[in-house]
Amino acid sequence: MNLAPFIDGSYGVSVIFLVGVFALTYRRYRRAAARLRAAETR
Amino acid sequence: MSENVIHAGRTGRAGSWLHKYANPGRFLKLVQPMLPWLSAISIILTVTGIVWGYAFAPADWQQGIASRIMYVHVPAAWVSMAGYAALAVCSFFSIIWRHPLADIAAEEIGPVGAGFTFVCLVSGALWGKPMWGAYWVWDARLTSVLILFFLYLGHIALIRAFDNPAHGHRAAAILALVGAINLPIIVFSVQWWNTLHQGNTISFSGNSKIYITMLYPLLIATLGFYLSFITLVCARVCAAIMERRTGAALLARAERNS
Repeated sequence: MNLAPFIDGSYGVSVIFLVGVFALTYRRYRRAAARLRAAETR
Repeated sequence: MSENVIHAGRTGRAGSWLHKYANPGRFLKLVQPMLPWLSAISIILTVTGIVWGYAFAPADWQQGIASRIMYVHVPAAWVSMAGYAALAVCSFFSIIWRHPLADIAAEEIGPVGAGFTFVCLVSGALWGKPMWGAYWVWDARLTSVLILFFLYLGHIALIRAFDNPAHGHRAAAILALVGAINLPIIVFSVQWWNTLHQGNTISFSGNSKIYITMLYPLLIATLGFYLSFITLVCARVCAAIMERRTGAALLARAERNS
C-alpha cells in the first residue's frame, strides 16, 4: 500500500489549518488595532 | 482568631490577584508586547517539529512511515484536550466570579480548539485507513474525541445564540463545565474499554514505549502546537478586547453628538 498520500494528507490538513488560523487571527488583530486607533483619535 | 485573620488576609490577596489580572485592560497591556515573541517561538517550534517529523524521523518497525502521522496527530489531540480544559476553567471563573476576561477567553478558545480537534480527527482517519483498513471505527477513543469536537461546536453556537451576550456566555459556560466530564473519558478510554486505538505510548512515570529519536520531534511538535494555541488565543482575546473598546468609544461619541 502506498502510504505517501495518507501522510501528505495529514500534514497538508495540519499546515493548511495552522497557516489559515494564524493568517486570520493576524488580520483580525491588525484590523481591531487600527479601528481602535481610529476611534480614539477621532 | 489570629489564624482566621491570617487566613482571611490570604484569601483577600488571592482574590485581589485574580481580579488584578482578570482586568481586560491590564491583560492587553501585559500580553500585547509578548505577542510577536510568542508568535515567533511558536512558529519556529511548530515548523521544526513538523519538518523533523515529516522528513527526518525514523520509520516505525511495525507501521513503517505511516507512523510519521503521529507528529501532527498526537500534538493536535493533546492541544484539543488541553484547550477544552482551559475552556472549562474559564467557564468556571465566568460562572463563579463573572470575570469579563473569562467570558472573552472562553469565546475565543472555542474556534481554535475546534480547529485542532478537527486536525486530530482528520489525521487520525488518514492514519486509520492504512493501519486498520478503515477511516473510521466507532471505537471508544475515536467516539469520545468526536464528542469533544461536537462539544466545541455546541459551545461556539450556544455562546452566539442569544440576543443578550451575557445569557449566551452563561449557557455556554454550563455546557463547557458539563462537557468536561468527557476529558477523563478520552484519556482513560483505551484502558477502560478494549479499543482498536492503541494505548498510551508516552508516560510521565518513565515507562514510555517510544524510542528517543521519535520522542524528540514529537515533543518539539507538541510544544509548538501548545504555544501556537496559546499565541492564537491570546491574540484573539486582545483583538476581542480592542473590538469592544472600539464599540464603546464609537457609542460614547454617538451619545455625545446626539
